[in-house]
Amino acid sequence: MSDNKDQVETTGHVWDEDLKEFNNPLPRWWIWTFYATIIWGIGYTIAYPAWPLINGATRGVLGYSTRTEVADEINRFEEMNAGVKAELAAMDVTEIASNEAVANYAIQSGRATFATYCSQCHGSGANGIEEGNGYPNLLDDEWLWGGDIEAITYTVTHGIRNEEDPDARYSQMPAFGDDYLSDDEITNVVAYVMSLSGLEGSGDVAEGETVFADNCTACHGENAEGDPDQGAPNLSDAIWLHGSSEAAIETSVRQGPFGVMPNWNSRLDEAEIKAVAAYVHQLGGGQ
Amino acid sequence: MSTSDTPEAPQKLYAAREPVFPRRVRGHFRALKWWIMALTLGVYYLTPWIRWDRGPNLPDQAVLVDLAGRRFFFFWIEIWPHEFYFIAGLLIMAGLGLFLFTSALGRVWCGYACPQTVWTDLFILTERWIEGDRNARVRLWKSKWDLKKWRLRLSKWFVWLLIGLATGGAWVFYFVDAPTLARDLVTLNAHPVAYSTMGILTFTTFFFGGIAREQICIYACPWPRIQAAMIDEDTLVVAYRDWRGEPRGKHRKGPEAEKLGDCIDCMACVNVCPMGIDIRDGQQLECITCALCIDACNEMMDKVGKPRGLIDYMALKDETHERAGGHKRPIMKHILRPRTIMYTALWAAVGVALTVALFIRPDLQITVHPVRNPTFVTLSDGSVRNTYEVGIRNKHGESRPFYFSLGVDSPFTVNVEGSIETMLVVDPDTEGKTRLYVTAPAGSEVARDDRTEIRIWVIDGVTGDRASHDTVFNGRGQ
Repeated sequence: MSDNKDQVETTGHVWDEDLKEFNNPLPRWWIWTFYATIIWGIGYTIAYPAWPLINGATRGVLGYSTRTEVADEINRFEEMNAGVKAELAAMDVTEIASNEAVANYAIQSGRATFATYCSQCHGSGANGIEEGNGYPNLLDDEWLWGGDIEAITYTVTHGIRNEEDPDARYSQMPAFGDDYLSDDEITNVVAYVMSLSGLEGSGDVAEGETVFADNCTACHGENAEGDPDQGAPNLSDAIWLHGSSEAAIETSVRQGPFGVMPNWNSRLDEAEIKAVAAYVHQLGGGQ
Repeated sequence: MSTSDTPEAPQKLYAAREPVFPRRVRGHFRALKWWIMALTLGVYYLTPWIRWDRGPNLPDQAVLVDLAGRRFFFFWIEIWPHEFYFIAGLLIMAGLGLFLFTSALGRVWCGYACPQTVWTDLFILTERWIEGDRNARVRLWKSKWDLKKWRLRLSKWFVWLLIGLATGGAWVFYFVDAPTLARDLVTLNAHPVAYSTMGILTFTTFFFGGIAREQICIYACPWPRIQAAMIDEDTLVVAYRDWRGEPRGKHRKGPEAEKLGDCIDCMACVNVCPMGIDIRDGQQLECITCALCIDACNEMMDKVGKPRGLIDYMALKDETHERAGGHKRPIMKHILRPRTIMYTALWAAVGVALTVALFIRPDLQITVHPVRNPTFVTLSDGSVRNTYEVGIRNKHGESRPFYFSLGVDSPFTVNVEGSIETMLVVDPDTEGKTRLYVTAPAGSEVARDDRTEIRIWVIDGVTGDRASHDTVFNGRGQ
């Protein structure tokens, strides 16, 4: 330090005749630390993936990779949840809500399952993406096929109107435009249906009521309140699966909607189905 | 610099550390340093053991950083994570305080209060107790590794390790209940993190205080570099009155003494310096202004019958003044100047703001996050529902019911998810969370409007205290 100030070496470089560059040596521990980092660096590139090659990179003798680390982590969490998942699989769906640990797992994992498999049609917020586009909003209090947890579980398991699962929920609305009803009758029945929820159509409501009684009550009921046993929607409320405009309702009457949902028993295991049902059930509309 | 400026001279890449053996010293500043050491170490080691009764559901440790529970307890103050600005404010005050002290008194932090200085001082003290004062230590250092050297070295390291262990041991007590942890540590039942933290801090204390010492200040610490920007001509530094001391020479009597300055070249100032520098070389980065050289020099000046203050605290401005023959000037006028007054004002302003914030912070708080996916849901009867993620902070030591309301004449109805009630019971000292449904009746104006400003109130079921949060209700927009 300062007491050997007069013996400080210079690098031998001289500028402007007398400007010399001091050679102040580094502390020894610094130099050794520097060498140690070099040795460490060499060892590190041998032990871990490091050097880029044309296809990929050297793998390192320890065989470490971030991908296996992720896989390990996923396995670790699956092992951690194995107990509660088995409990969920064995449990009756009606009991999930009263078991806090299982309900918590079911709702959290159901949320992830829903995001992966269900959100494409029902939307990430489970609201059917857009009003009137034919995909049911799962947040509201209307359920085509029943809104208690058992009905939801059945729907998720077997699906609706698909050809893969013989147990799928099934019903079919005729295409009334194909020679069943005349254009006038269709216009009138549309006006009647709209009048049930305070809307106005261009047809004759009284005439339409007769058409409705003759053709529609078998499924939609005398008061047009629908029938969850056959997936017939309530036509007297404010929720319109395929839209509430006169044109949209007319299209439904003429063509007969045929909404399809896959059966998830071929892709999801029992615990996952129950979890997604529990998740959907607690979104705000479950009965 | 003249010895080796030929290009051929072999150049050394490194310099070995020159060991420093600070000699014992007595004096005002040394005494002050002992007191500060006792105070700081006392605060550090004893604080976790102070008890503070907060009721049955809360910890009774006066100062506790509960990381797992995300609470910071400081006597009567409890800080939640959302109140972290108090900690940020304290850090700002600490920073401004450091600026203030540095601009007024120079490196007093380094010289007196920095943990590196305090612990190094403690380590040097135990070193002196075991191995003797400077001369004995130098001899021991030069001697062969015989039985005596091994005995002294090993006992010194052992005591250092004990100090290190106590340092790391005290640290972990700030994070969990101290008596419980102390029992667990002894019975080997404590969490591995406690042991590893203690182990790391034992090692760093041993290494920083015993081995590295002044090198931490010189090479590792950024603060000396920042000092350079903080110090001005009025700042106090430790300086040598070379105009009085030079030419230095051995103390003698008679006519020859007339030619010499007051410095008797006894090397006392160098021998006591924990940084291993010679203050007579002028201002140096290494100097932490611990003032031990002032004590050492004053003692010598007393002995040879010369006035004290050959080495002294001095402002650089005064150095120039005195060198030119001016009189010694009082230190106070350097301390009170616009810069230090400004730092004090800033520091006090932050302090007052924090204190006021502490007293007016509400007991009851509500957070509301509207669910935006989707913004609204139409129900079968035509009513429109919005959902809000709501959190209520119950800062009391007991479980309490809280009631939600949108006001008496509100057109909306409100209910907590999963029930028709408006009540939520929140556990003690936690944030209770729920989804809150706000529904606009079918056909109402608010159901049709695009947006309606609403205010969600929460009422404490016990005290009647209320808090509110403004948010927006989304209608169908048609």
